[in-house]
This record gives sequence, structure tokens and C-alpha cells, in this order.
Amino acid sequence: MPLPIPELFSIDWPLSLVVVWLLIGGAGLLAPRNLAFVGKTLYPLGALVGLALAVVAFEALGEAPQTRVLVLGLPDLPFHLRLDSLSALFLLLLGGTSAGISIYAAGYLRSGEGTAPGLQCLEYHLFLASMALVLLADDAYAFMVAWESMAFSSFFLVTSDHRKPEIRRAGYLYLLIAHVGAIGILLSFGVLQSGGALSASNGVADYTFAHMRATDHDAFWASAAFGLAVFGFGAKAGLLPLHVWLPEAHPAAPSPVSAMMSGVMLKTAIYGILRVSFDLLHHPLWWWGVLVLALGLITALFGAVFSAVQSDMKRLLAYSSIENIGLLFVGIGLALTFRSFDMNTLAALALTAVLYHGLNHAAFKSLLFLCTGSVLHATRERSLGKLGGLIHHMPWVAWLALLGVLASAGLPPLNGFVSEWLLLQAFLFTPGLPHGYINMLIPVAAAAVALTAAIAGYAMVKFFGIVFLGQPREEKLTLAHDAGILERVGMSWLGILCILLGLFPVFVIDKLDAVTRPLLGAGLGEAVRAQGWLLLAPINADRASYEPLVFLLMIVAVVALTFLIVRRFWHGRVRRGAPWDCGFPLQTARMQDTAEGFGQPLRQVFEPFYRLTRELPTSFDKLPRYRMVVEDHFWYWLYLPVAHVADFGSRMVAFLQQGRISIYLLFSFVTLVVLLFLVRG
Amino acid sequence: MSLSHYYGQFINLLAAILLLLSFAMLGQRRILSLINLFMAQGAVLCASTVVVALTTGQSHLYWSALITLVLKVFLLPWILHRLIRRLNVKWDVETLINIPTTMLIGIVLVIFSFNLALPISELAGTVTRSLLGIAMACVLLAFLMMITRSKAVPQVIGFLSMENGLFFAATSATYGMPMVVELGIALDVLVGTIILGVFFFQIREKFESLDIRHLEQLKED
Amino acid sequence: MEFASAILLQVLELVLALLVAPLLTGWVNQCRAWLQNRSAPSLWLPYRQLAKLFEKEVVLAHNASGLFRAAPYFIFACMVLASAIVPTLSTDLPFGPAADVIALVGIFALARIFIALAGMDVGTSFGTLGARREMLIGFLAEPALLMVFFTASLISHSTSLSTIVETFAHREFAIHPSLAFAGVAFTMVSLAENARVPIDNPTTHLELTMIHEAMILEYSGRHLALIEWAATLKMYVYSCLGLALFFPWGIPQGALLSNLLIALPSLAVKLGVGGFLLAVIETASAKMRIFRAPEFLGTAFMMAVLGMLVHLLLETGK
Repeated sequence: MPLPIPELFSIDWPLSLVVVWLLIGGAGLLAPRNLAFVGKTLYPLGALVGLALAVVAFEALGEAPQTRVLVLGLPDLPFHLRLDSLSALFLLLLGGTSAGISIYAAGYLRSGEGTAPGLQCLEYHLFLASMALVLLADDAYAFMVAWESMAFSSFFLVTSDHRKPEIRRAGYLYLLIAHVGAIGILLSFGVLQSGGALSASNGVADYTFAHMRATDHDAFWASAAFGLAVFGFGAKAGLLPLHVWLPEAHPAAPSPVSAMMSGVMLKTAIYGILRVSFDLLHHPLWWWGVLVLALGLITALFGAVFSAVQSDMKRLLAYSSIENIGLLFVGIGLALTFRSFDMNTLAALALTAVLYHGLNHAAFKSLLFLCTGSVLHATRERSLGKLGGLIHHMPWVAWLALLGVLASAGLPPLNGFVSEWLLLQAFLFTPGLPHGYINMLIPVAAAAVALTAAIAGYAMVKFFGIVFLGQPREEKLTLAHDAGILERVGMSWLGILCILLGLFPVFVIDKLDAVTRPLLGAGLGEAVRAQGWLLLAPINADRASYEPLVFLLMIVAVVALTFLIVRRFWHGRVRRGAPWDCGFPLQTARMQDTAEGFGQPLRQVFEPFYRLTRELPTSFDKLPRYRMVVEDHFWYWLYLPVAHVADFGSRMVAFLQQGRISIYLLFSFVTLVVLLFLVRG
Repeated sequence: MSLSHYYGQFINLLAAILLLLSFAMLGQRRILSLINLFMAQGAVLCASTVVVALTTGQSHLYWSALITLVLKVFLLPWILHRLIRRLNVKWDVETLINIPTTMLIGIVLVIFSFNLALPISELAGTVTRSLLGIAMACVLLAFLMMITRSKAVPQVIGFLSMENGLFFAATSATYGMPMVVELGIALDVLVGTIILGVFFFQIREKFESLDIRHLEQLKED
Repeated sequence: MEFASAILLQVLELVLALLVAPLLTGWVNQCRAWLQNRSAPSLWLPYRQLAKLFEKEVVLAHNASGLFRAAPYFIFACMVLASAIVPTLSTDLPFGPAADVIALVGIFALARIFIALAGMDVGTSFGTLGARREMLIGFLAEPALLMVFFTASLISHSTSLSTIVETFAHREFAIHPSLAFAGVAFTMVSLAENARVPIDNPTTHLELTMIHEAMILEYSGRHLALIEWAATLKMYVYSCLGLALFFPWGIPQGALLSNLLIALPSLAVKLGVGGFLLAVIETASAKMRIFRAPEFLGTAFMMAVLGMLVHLLLETGK
């Protein structure tokens, strides 16, 4: 009897692929120290599974939701799973990005770096599988199990190099905030389940999303659930003021893991917030949108301003991730605002921008993190002040990084521009909102978005210029070697994604229509299809249009034509010479502008944002030293006070610890009596 | 399209220019340019009064336009010019806190005053009803300017510019005040400026500077 | 037929931009010299300089990378693309739909990033200094420019330049007070973006004060020629943008060749007057310290935002 092979879009496929991922991870334990086996067999296999997941998820876009019940875990609490278009889109993101990252990781692994490769392989694939399960979960129980295993596996991955104390510290901070967030999510699900009524009147306590969807929440409890969800998912995404773990954990983790966390894991939080606010809750209030918008704006501006002054390349990218998360939240806020006034087409426009930007960010930020990984391996340096001139020694990495930088700076014709374009278009419709204050304030918010995008460009020029251009600031950099073949494949895959997402927006938006339509009852698919695949016009062609392909072709044509004409009519003579030294021949490569120097104008303009500690040398110093530390106000304003309170509280509790058994017994006795007294009625 | 429609648009334009000048004053460091901006504001005010007069046919508005012209475009700037020449502060440059930040606060004030004026202007029902918000914004911006300045002469200019805003509110919302009131205010402004001028000389004799932060020394400890 | 003449007009517009751009720069320099009581250089000087530079060989620093050599072509291509989008002779441009105003800002940003990276490539102090200053100006000028466009977009309900110009030039006449703010902001931004006086001095060769010149210090020969040409094109594009947004009268609507009879002279007159005004502004103001530049541009940004607000407050909801 032939095996019944399910349709390609069936939920069984992603489920079995998740199982394969788990098996690959388990296989890593068979030979934990065998680098060739783990690196050259298991990781490429994982990449193939990722690719397969992307294909399957792509097929499932636009299909009717399918559910499965897995009898796992506690009795009477089976895992409910569901594959709908929203899940499919994020699975596509997970699969597509992880394919590139896994193949890169195959080439990136070296022996003797912290955790044994086989164990790391298990953690890595567990991480991937749990992210997939988060996206597939259809009840709070399965969701939280997957969510927590995602947090734990990524914690172990972050602390791969656990012998260094600062990495352990970063991992601890990450785990702490992840758990504070998880509490928020758990409470949010609780509120959603009960709908505010503390005694579950209908007697169903299954915590399925289907039940939550069917429950009608009154305004107060809906707001409570929404606020808790924003808090919980915001902590995972790095929303202000819960962002502090991000710039610590990303640099600490191995580069493929940073890429995975920044590119994909942050998006699971976006998925969560979309799931709660658009799917489980039905009628957003207008102030939810404004709240999320404001939080997103502050986060975006904060991330951008901080990323421009970093002097560690991975921290720079981590802050840039915070900025992008901020932009995503801005879009979500906008979509919620439109939705609350029942302007569903415009809500679909904003939501499309969010989803599109999510895909884009996954592609370009993962690419950039992978590039830093190669630089790190080649030079053993993360500090921007000790890099430079690598374009000569690592051309592959440099040119791919340029691609990522241009995409990340939101420049046409690459992908970052398309989503920012859509977001700005959505802003241009806000004057139509029937509300006095916000239709005035929101266009002003567009100004802040534009400012953020421009500062992001500044940070990206700094990143690329300091790392890859100029002269090598250290002797050893001339020995740097280019990335290996597998690493190149991984990075090129993500680079190609950046280009494709940038050049064929009509196709992408048409697919995103399948996601927005079930959530909002509206989409941009028809409008963009009507104009043909070349011209992107989300509303109508008179209003706004953009043709990335024509744009690119035009630039390429002009470049080629100019080149030919210059060569034909004049000449191509080149003489090599020394650069102009301004009459001061004693210059060394160390005298080049530093990363601090490049960020200095911005530091001056946005001075109140930073907490600066500066050590300036005096003219009498034997060993002059200049030190500049840029810190985050939140650390001192929010975290340290909270830590002090917690510390104080635990010291109070410590009074209980007297060391005598009879006193402890007394405590138990008193508790027992009090409880008995309380329950007597 | 009737002519009066264009009047409405034109007065909107003048109102916007008035607001623009208020912002320009907020961001201007030099005293001399500040006086010139004040003069321009007076001219715009005069023009807007004439336009309102043309639209509504209220003849007394022509008189108040004339008073504005004489007082705010010629007399007061002349007095101020004389004053800064005599005080020898013509080239004084003010140290301001971050102009963009000040302007950002200004923008918030504009939004605030518009929302404040919204219910009133809906009641007003005149051609120029959305102008009340601008007038109020001008008053608040002038106030903001007085707060951020540390020299005496710019503060007086801020005070005068505040009166401009009030005057604009009066003409746009209620087609001007009774003539007696208007004349009284004009006289007040004139006398106020002269008194403040005398006051400056006293400050300078006492502290040898016009920086009003010196006035803090008068406080009893 | 209609389409063929549209294509013809498009090509004509491009060629005109390429040819006239250096002339505009020459004209501004001449006006400046007159106003400053100097004897004026020839109107054709920019052309001769371009020809001279194309003749000369390129002297390349030892460690210049491929990026350094490719950047001039990219910058030039960006400016050519920009000049193809801005309506000067007709609003019905075949390339018009390829990029709207947001994409136009993107093109300028792309060119800026390439020139800044090229400045950093050789690794001399001046190149990086120039790049850093250019990005400092860029990060404020870019959003300000975008907000100017947004004001125009809110009025015309479109981000497509053709539609904006059509709305302003050919629909029922209306006074838009918000454009006064946008105009002030646009003027400030274009001064900064084209390296003109209050921010940068196009004729300076004092290293510590220069921005644009510092970045391109290492360029020579044909590369420098392309960059200089791109700079003149940028000024031309900005002038045409200003004219299209604030003085659109005279830009014909349809793609008829006979319209050129109106379009060409009106463009020439407007550019001439605009160039003269630019020279007046440059002569009347002094160059700022570099750290006054953020304040100047911040003011421009706020003005542009105010323009948008004034539109929402005064011009809607009637």
C-alpha cells in the first residue's frame, strides 16, 4: 500500500520538518567532538530542512487554516497546532533565513570555541525547532512550552563561550528579561482565556486560541490583555525600556546565533503581538495604536542614535536591530489605529509594510551579522577601532556587507527601501483619520521615522567605512583571509534574498495579501496586481508608484554607458601614487579617523540621549589615554533602582534565615494555623 | 469662484507668514535681525487687517490698520533701533539653548493652541475662523521667546510680538475691538516700550550689562 | 504617437539637464562675482574644466579599492536618474512612475552614501573628515527634504512628482500657506545639500572648513570630472525641484512637442532668476561653524514639519 503523501501545503509537512530538525540536533550528540561530521553533514542537512520548510510554508500561504492535536505533555492538555497564513509567513521567514545561516554555520564552526560542536548543534536545532513550534502553536500551553524552550536553547547558545565572565553576565541578563517577558505573555493569555470573568462561566479551561478568539472581551480586559502582551513580547523584541539585553547578548553570541536571534527570534515576538492584537482580539481601541506607535518611535530613534556611536561592530548592529524593531512597532501601531477606525485597506497597507519589513530585516541583518562573523574569525577583533581596510583582503565579505549596508540604510533599489516606502505611504493617509488630535500628531511622527532612517544610514556608513575601507589600523589585519566557500554560500543566499525582495515587491505584496486578508478583511493584492508586476502602486498609480527594476536598469545603463563613452572619447589611463599627506609625511594608519571620531558629530547633536564618561589625557601624562564610554540612561534610571529594591527586599527576607530549626518549624506552624483559620468558613 | 474666497485664502497665507515670523524670531540670535522680523510681523498684521476690512467692509478696521502701520512698522522699530544704538548693543548675540529643541516645543505649542481654539472657532463662524488657533500660537510662541531670552531688549520684542498675536486674534475672530479699546492698547504699548527703554538705562547703569540674569542679584538671601 | 513624443521629451529633458547643468553653475558663479565686485569668470568655465579633467590621467592612491573607482560612475548615474524624474519640460514623463518623491530622496541618499564611502576609502584624514561631515548634514537634510515633499503630497494627495506639479500648475488656483514654510525649509536644505555658503563653501580650499571638497580630495582626472558634473547636475535638479514645487507655472501638461515653445523659455527665465537669487543668498550670508550646521538644518527640519502641520490645520476640514 503506497504511503499517503500529504499535499505540500499540509500542516504535516512543517511538523515533520520540525521533527527532522530535532533528530539532526540529537545526532550531534553521537559525536560531539567530531567537527567534520557536525559541520559538514549535520548543519548542511539542517539548511536543507530550512529550505524545505520555506517551500512548504510558501505553499501554505493563502490556504485555509489547518489544525492538528498532538497528544503530548500533560493529560487533558494536548498540544493544539494550527497553520494559517500568518504562521506560514513567519515559517517562511524562519526557513528561508535559517537555510542561509545554517550553511554559513557549517563553514563557521571551529574547534575549541566554548561548547563542543555536537552539543552546540543540538542547541541550535532545538532553537530552530522551538521557534517553528512557537509559530505553529494554537494554545497557550503549547505556545509557552515552545517559547520557553526557545529562550533556554538560545540562552545556551549565547553563552557558548561560557568561560568569559562578561558573556555569562550577558546570558544571565538575557534570561532574566526573557522570563520577565514570559510572565507578561502568560498573564496576557490568562486574561484572554477568561475574558475578564474570573470564574470561567462556560467551564472551558483549555486555553486554546480558538476559545480566546471566540470570547468577547470587554474594553478593560481587552486592554489589559493587550498591554500585557505588548510588555511580554516587547521584552523579547527589545522594545524600550526592555531593550538592555539585546546589545549585550548579540555581541556575546557566536555570529550565526546573533544572526538567528536578530533576524528570526525577534520576529517571533512580532508574530506574537500580531497574533494577539489582530487575531485573538477583535476590536482594537484607538489608543492602543497610538501607544504602540509612540513606543515604537522612541525605540527606533533610540536604537538609531545609539547605533551610530558604538565602537563594537556587533553592538552597532544590535542597536540597529532595536531601531528596526521600533520601526516594525510603528507600523503595527499605525495598522491598529487604522483598524480601530475601521479603515481596513489602510490598516492592510500599514500591516503589509510591517510584514515586508520583517522579511527584509531578517535578510539584511542576518547577512550583516554573518559578515561580522567572518571578520571576527579573520581578525579576532570586534572593536571598530582596530579594523580597517578589509575590502582588500576579504573582497567577498566586503561586497556582500556593502549589499547588506545599503539595504539596511533603506536605499533604493534594495529591499529595505520598499518597506520604508510603504510605511511612509501609510503615514500619508493619516490625515483622513476622524480624530482631532491624532490626525495631526501622526504625520509629525512620520518626520521622526524619516529622521530615524537617515540616522540609520549614518550608522551603516560608519560600520562599512570603518571596517572595510581605509587603511588597516593594525599590522595583523593584512593577514586576514576571506570567508570560506560555505560561508560565502550562506551569505550570498541572504544577499540574493535582499536583492529579490527589493526588485520584485509586487510579487511579495501579492503574497502578503494572503496574510492581511484573514486578519483585516482587506489586502493590497488586487491593487498591486492590477498594475502589472513591474509597477508597484499600492493604492493607485496616480497616488504613488515605484518601479525598482526600471530604477536599477536605468542606473546600470547609465553607469555602463558613461563608462563606455569615457573610454571611447577619452582614455582609461591610471597612474598609482601616494595619497596626499597634506605636507605631513609622518602619518600612520593609526592616525586615521576612529569609530569614536566618526560618531562624534552625532554624539554632540544628541548629547542628552547618552550617559557619557570621558577620560581626557593631560599634557603631562606619561602614557596618555583617552577613554570614552557611552552608556544608556535606562540602566541607571530604571534597572539599577529596580535591582536595589529587589536586593533590599531579599535582604529583608533574609531576616527569616535564623539557622535554628525550631524557628523554621514555628514559621510552618504559624502559616498552618493562619491558613486553617482562613479556610474555616 | 468668488473674490471673497480668495480673500479667505489670502488671509490664511498671511496668518501662516505671521506664524513663520514668530518661529523665525524664536530662532534668531541677533538683536538687529529680531527688530527687522518684528517690523515684518507688523507689516503682515497691517496687511491682514486691511484684507479683513475689505472682506467685511468694516471701515473702522482701516483705521486700526493705519495705527498698526504707523506704530508697529515705523514708530516702535525706530524707537528700538534708537535704543540699541544708544545702549550700544546693536551687535549683541544671544546665547540660546538649542534652537531645534526650542522649535520642537514651539510645534507642540502650535498643536496645543489649535486644539484649544477648535471649539471656539467653530462657534465663531466667521470667514477667518481657523485663524484663532494661529493667533493663539503666536501669543504662546512670543511667550516662549521671552522665557528663553536672557537679554533685556529681545524680551521687550517678545512682549511686543505677543501683543501682535493678540491683535491678530481680535481682528480675525471678532473683526476688531472697539476703536477706543484699540487706541488705548496702542497707547499702552507705546508707553510700555518707552518705560522699558528708561528701565534698560537704569539696569545698565546698575550692572553695566543688559543681561537680565543680573537681576537675580537683587534677591535678598 | 503620444507615447513616442513622450519618450522624445524624456530624452530631450535628460540631454538638456546634462548640457545645461554646468551652465547653471557657471551662471551662479558669474552672478556671485558681480555681486562681490570681482571680475566674473567666463560662463563656459565649468565646461572647459570638465573637458580638461576628462583629458587628464587619473592618479590613484596606492590602496584605493574598486569601490573608489566605481563610485563616480554611480554618483553620476544617480544624478542622471534624478534629473530624468523631475518634470522640467513636461509632466508626462515615461520615467516618472519609476520613482516618486520618496524614491527621489532615496536616490540622493544613495549618491551621498557612495560619495561618503569613497571619501573613506583611501584612509586619509581629510576623506573621513569630509565623509563624517557630509553624513552629519545628510542625516538632517534628508528628512527635512522628505517632509517638504510630504507637505506637497498632502496637498495634492500624491507622492508622484508629475501629479504634484499637475495639481499645482493646472488645477484651480489656490493659495497654500503651508508651502511658505515648505519653501523656506527647501531653500535651507538645498543650500546645505549643494555645498553652498552658509554650510559649505564651493570655492574653498582651506581644508579645515570644507566638506564636499574634503571628500573628493583624492579624486582626479575623469573620476573628478564625473563627480563635478554630478555636483552641477545635483544643483540643477534641486533648482528644477524648487521650481516644480513652488513655481510650477509654465511646465506643460501633455506630451506635445509644441509645448516646448512655452516650456523652454519659461525654464530658462526661472533658472536664471533662481541662480541669481542663490548668488544673492550666498553673498549676503557668512559661512557657519560646522557645529552650527545641525542647528541650521534642524531649523529647516522643524520648518518642514510645521509646513505639514499648517496644511493640516489651515487647509483641511473646511
